[in-house]
Amino acid sequence: MTDTPHALATRHVAHDEGQQHPIKLYFVVWVLLFILSAGSYWVDYAQLQGLLRWSLILIFMVLKAGLIIAVFMHMAWERLALIYAILLPPLALIGLLAILIIESDYTAGTRVIELGQGAGAPE
Amino acid sequence: MDHPLQGQDQTLLQQGHSGFAADWSSDQRAFKKVSWGKAMMWILLLSDTFIFACFLVAYLTARSSTNAEWPNASEVFALHIGGRDLPLILIAIMTFVLISSSGTMAMAVNCAYRKARKATAALMFATAALGACFVGMQAFEWSKLISEGVRPWGNPWGAEQFGASFFMITGFHGTHVTIGVIFLIIVALKVWRGEFDRDQRSWMSAGNGDYEAVEIMGLYWHFVDLVWVFIFAFFYLW
Repeated sequence: MTDTPHALATRHVAHDEGQQHPIKLYFVVWVLLFILSAGSYWVDYAQLQGLLRWSLILIFMVLKAGLIIAVFMHMAWERLALIYAILLPPLALIGLLAILIIESDYTAGTRVIELGQGAGAPE
Repeated sequence: MDHPLQGQDQTLLQQGHSGFAADWSSDQRAFKKVSWGKAMMWILLLSDTFIFACFLVAYLTARSSTNAEWPNASEVFALHIGGRDLPLILIAIMTFVLISSSGTMAMAVNCAYRKARKATAALMFATAALGACFVGMQAFEWSKLISEGVRPWGNPWGAEQFGASFFMITGFHGTHVTIGVIFLIIVALKVWRGEFDRDQRSWMSAGNGDYEAVEIMGLYWHFVDLVWVFIFAFFYLW
């Protein structure tokens, strides 16, 4: 290859910003994601109810999301500047969630008072 | 000047929290060791996170504020296969298809780092095929529910908000998958033709083996899978 200035520059940057990880790691994560998905489907198949169902759904969900972000999206190897810029802002959603849980409780209450229990169901 | 895109020597970067403070207060660019394309994709995905989060929180609000019983997703999405009803089976298959596509995409990115042109393109085509398969199953699911009488304003089983939440959330996600499939094919074709290997700049690549478009495409695709993880948990399983 003739090394034009452009060729030199692009190769340097590609080397500097690229990431390389053993392919085995991706296979391990892939298998883990399959197992976790099978687990969450099993929660429904076994008709688990109540706190056990909800906690298992959330645990499997968080583990899957974490594996995808950390390994498949390479966040585990990024610098803190990017990790914080991307992963901290969604924490604001906890506030939105809290506000709307209170709001929906209130709405449900007024519906019971004004419309009676079970309102909104098809006739 | 052999390093036109950076303001400083990247090998001298600080680590840990002092590195974080130095990066955010630095000149020209805050995200070191990340190209602008990758940083922009992450910021797009962050904004998309808020869009999907708004849908899911709106669904939660609708579901917890209605006095009517919420339709049982396990039964609504059951299929009659081999003489018995399998709960949620189509959704489970869709989940596995999407995870498989995330796996092939991760392999494609890995091959792209090694500049394995044909393997990268082939794996991206496989990812696109699995994505198209997912959209196909979603179309089947939509037509099944519509034929059973599910509408955005009502359904035969319970709370009226079910249809609106379902069409809004899965529709928006399906649109993302569809856009992803189209872009996967575009990038894969470019890789296949060797356009990223030439000493020529284009809107997707700086040339000379700059395969970063594959990794950026991968970020988007993994995000689509990531959103499905949350939809699966909150809409289908909850």
